Amino acid sequence: MHDMSAQAHVAHHAPPTSFIRKHIFSIDHKVIGKQYYGLALVAVFVGMVLSWLMRLHLGWTNLAIPGLHWLSSTGAPGNVMTPEYYLQLMTMHGTIMVFFVLTTAPFAAFGNFFLPIQVGAEDMPFPRFNMMSFWVTLVAFLVMISSFFVSDGPTLGGWTQYAPLSAVGSVAGPGQGMGVILWASSIAIFCIGQLLGSLNFITTTLDMRTKGMSLWRLPLSTWGWFITSVMGLTAFAVLMPACILLILDHVAGTSFFVASNLVLNDQLQPHAGGSTLLWQHLFWFFGHPEVYIAIVPGMGIVSHVLTVNMRRPMLSHRVLVYSMGALAVLSYMVYGHHMFVSGMNPISSIVFSFPTLIITIPSTIIVLIWLGSLYGSRLRINSASLFALGMISMFISGGVSGFFLAQPSLDIMLHATYFVVGHFHLVMAVAAIFGIFSGTYFWFPKMFGRMMDERLGKIHFWLTFVGAYCIFMPFHYAGLAGNVRRYQAFVDDYLQPLIPLHRFITVAALATGAAQFIFLYNLIHSRYWGEKAPDNPWQATSLEWATPTTPPPYDNFGGKLPVVYHDPYQYGIEGSTGDYVMQNSPEKIQSVGEEA
Amino acid sequence: MATTVHEPPRIEQQPQPRGVLDSGGGRGNQIPPQGSTRAVQYAPPPASTGIWVGIAAIAMTFAALTSALIVRRGGAADWRHFTIPSILYFNTILLIASSVTLEISRRRVADFMSNAQPKLTNPVRWLHLTLGLGFLFVIGQYIAWRQLSAQGVYLASNPNSSFFYVLTAAHALHVLGGLGGLIRVIRKFGNFSLRRSTLDATSRYWHFMDVLWIYLLLLMWAKL
Ligand code: HEM
Ligand SMILES: [Cu+2]
Repeated sequence: MHDMSAQAHVAHHAPPTSFIRKHIFSIDHKVIGKQYYGLALVAVFVGMVLSWLMRLHLGWTNLAIPGLHWLSSTGAPGNVMTPEYYLQLMTMHGTIMVFFVLTTAPFAAFGNFFLPIQVGAEDMPFPRFNMMSFWVTLVAFLVMISSFFVSDGPTLGGWTQYAPLSAVGSVAGPGQGMGVILWASSIAIFCIGQLLGSLNFITTTLDMRTKGMSLWRLPLSTWGWFITSVMGLTAFAVLMPACILLILDHVAGTSFFVASNLVLNDQLQPHAGGSTLLWQHLFWFFGHPEVYIAIVPGMGIVSHVLTVNMRRPMLSHRVLVYSMGALAVLSYMVYGHHMFVSGMNPISSIVFSFPTLIITIPSTIIVLIWLGSLYGSRLRINSASLFALGMISMFISGGVSGFFLAQPSLDIMLHATYFVVGHFHLVMAVAAIFGIFSGTYFWFPKMFGRMMDERLGKIHFWLTFVGAYCIFMPFHYAGLAGNVRRYQAFVDDYLQPLIPLHRFITVAALATGAAQFIFLYNLIHSRYWGEKAPDNPWQATSLEWATPTTPPPYDNFGGKLPVVYHDPYQYGIEGSTGDYVMQNSPEKIQSVGEEA
Repeated sequence: MATTVHEPPRIEQQPQPRGVLDSGGGRGNQIPPQGSTRAVQYAPPPASTGIWVGIAAIAMTFAALTSALIVRRGGAADWRHFTIPSILYFNTILLIASSVTLEISRRRVADFMSNAQPKLTNPVRWLHLTLGLGFLFVIGQYIAWRQLSAQGVYLASNPNSSFFYVLTAAHALHVLGGLGGLIRVIRKFGNFSLRRSTLDATSRYWHFMDVLWIYLLLLMWAKL
C-alpha cells in the first residue's frame, strides 16, 4: 500500500550499469563529489610542490633544483630558477590553490556528496548540469596546467592578474601573452562550472528537501554550502565577463583595461583609453566574496563536526546561520579594502573601511559561538574534531591581522607585504584546508565505507598544526619589517637580515608538506584496507548517517525518502539508541525542546 | 518506484510552521495526488526555482558589463558617439513578437493541463512561430554586425564599438541558448513528455531575454 504520510519516491533515473556511466560520466552527485575531491587532491599536491620550489628559491636564491629544467628549460636554465620563473610558479601556486583547491574541495566536493543527502533528496534536480559542472572544471584545470608547456610558460601576474600588465601581451614579460590567455580562459571556464554547481546547490536546498525538513532543520554544513552557493552564483557571474574582456584585450585589440600612452620596454602600447582600475573593481567584486566562498563551507563543516563531537548543540544555531548569511551579504560591500592604495579616490577608502570593520562582527560572533559552545563540553577528541579546533585556531590567528589591514592608514604600510600574505594564508588557506581535513576524517567512512586510521590522523594533525604556525606566523613579522611580497630574492640591505627567517620558513614548509604524505597514505590505505565502517560511526543525527547502506546506494535512501521529525542536533538527551536522536527518528524527545 | 512503504510510527504532531524558514520540506508538500493522470503541476518545482537562479546569474553578468561600461566611459578621452544600427529596432519588434507568441502557446497548454480547455488548440504552431521569430532576431543581429563592419566599425575600433559587440554578442549567445530550450520543448511536446514546469521555465527565460534586450538597447542608446 502506498501511504502518503511516508515520502513517496520520485524516481529520476535508474542506476547506470556501464563502467563509464557509473564512474566517469556519472550523473550521481556522490560520484561527482568524489571526482571533485580527487581533482582537489591532485591540485593541492601540484600547488604544494610549486610552493616548495618557491620556498627553496627564496631561502637559497641561486640554488639548483635538480630536474627543474625539465619543467622549463628557459625558466630554469641549469636548474636555477629565473626571477620571472619564480613569479610564474607563484602565480600558478596561488591560482591553483584558490580556485582548484579551496573552492572545489570544501564546496564542490563535500557539498556535492553530502548536501543532497543531508536534505533528504535522492539527487540534485539537474544532474546533467552537475556532471557538466565537474567536467568543465576539469577542463579548466587542464587548460591552466597546459600553460606550463607553452613556449614562455605560465603567466607571472599573480592570482589577481592586475591590469595593465595582464592585458598588454608578452611585452610585459614571459607568460603575459599566451600564458594570460590560457589563465583567463581557464578561469572563465571554471566560472561556468561553478555557476552550474551553484544552480544545483541552491535548487536542491530550496526545493528538494524531504518532508519535515524545514530550513531551520538543515544541518549547519548544509547552511554553509547553501550560503556559499548564493555567493558563488553572484561572484562567478562577474568574474567570467571580466575574464572575457581581458581575453579580448589580448586577442581582439580592444582597450578595456589598458590606459593611453602606456610605454613598456620602450614600446608605446597600441591600446588607448582603458581603465586599469576597472579590472581591480571587477576582480575584487569577485575576489572578496571568493575568500568567503573558500571559508564558509569550512565553517559549516567545522560546526557540524564539533556539534557531533561535543554531544550538544551550538549555543545558538540560528545566530550562527544568520552570521554566516551576514558574512555573505557584507562580503559584497567590502571588496574595496583590497584597493586602498590603488589610486582609488581616498573617500572610497573610508567608505570601504567601514563595512570591512563591520564584517569582523559576524566573524567574531561565529568564533564566540564556537568557543562558548566548546567551553565546558566534553569534546570527543579524534582527528576530525582536532582539525576542527585547528581550523578555529587558524581562523582567529589570521583574523586578528585583518583588523589592522582594515584601516587604510595602516594598510598603506602593510599592503603588498608578507603581513598580508600571512593574514590570508592563515585565515583563508590554512583554515579552509583544516576544514577540508576535518570533513575528510569525519565523512570518509560514509564516502568509502571504511574508517581512516585515527592514530595516523592525529600525528598528521599535530605535525600540520605546528608546521602551519611555523610557516605563517613569521610572515607577519617579515611584513612588519618591510618585506615586500612577490619578490623573488631579498637582496636589499634591509631585507638581508630576514634571510635566516626565510630559511626557517622554507624548512618548515618542506617538513609540513612532507607530513601531508601521511595523510595521503592514510587516505589510500584506508580506502582499500581500512576497517569496515558502520552506518553511523560517530553516533550522529543528520540524514547522511541514516542511509540504508554505507556508502549510500545510488538513490541515497534505497527508494524511500526519510521523513524528518527533529532539529538537526539532538544530542545529550535520552534517546532509544544512546545520547542522541536522529533527525528521521519518530521518537519523541523528552526534556529538550525542539529548538536547537 | 518503491513498492512497499512502511509507515513510521507516528508519535508526535509536526509543529506548525512559524514562518518561511520553518515551513516544511520543499518538495515534501507537493506530492502529486494519487491516481492523477493529467500532467502534474509544477513537478518537479526545481525547474521554476532553477530558472530564477539562472536569471539572477545572467543579470549579474550583465550588471558587471554595465558597470564596466560606465567606468570605462567615465575616464575615457576616446569615447566617440555611436549610432546603433537601425535594424536593431526592427529586431526588437521581432523579439517582442516572439514573446507574445510564446505566451499564447504557454497559456493554451496551461489551460489544457488545468482542464479549463478540453481540447488543445494547436500550441505547437505558436511554438514554431516563436522559434522562427527567435532565429530571425539572431539573424537580424548578425546583419547589424555585418553592416557595422562594412562601415569599418569593428570590435576594436573604439570603446563604444567594443561594448556594442560584447553586449550584443553576449545577449545573442543567451538567446541561442533559449532557442535550444524551445527546440527541446517542442520535441518533448511531440512525444508527450513535456512538463508544464519545463514550458513555464523556458518561457520565463525567453521573456527575460526580451527584457534584457530592451534594457541593453536603452543602455546602448543612452550611453554609447
Ligand atoms: C576579520 C575580518 C577580516 C578583515 C578585516 C580583513 C581585511 C583585509 C584587508 C584590508 C586586506 C587587504 C590587505 C592589502 O592587500 O593590503 C585583506 C587581504 C586579504 N584577505 Fe582579509 N580580512 C578579514 C578576513 C579574511 C577572511 C575570513 C579571509 C578568507 C577566508 C580573508 C582573505 C584575504 C585574502 C585572500 C587577502 C589577500 C588577497 C591578495 O592580495 O592576494 N580575509 N584582508
Ligand atoms: Cu577582502
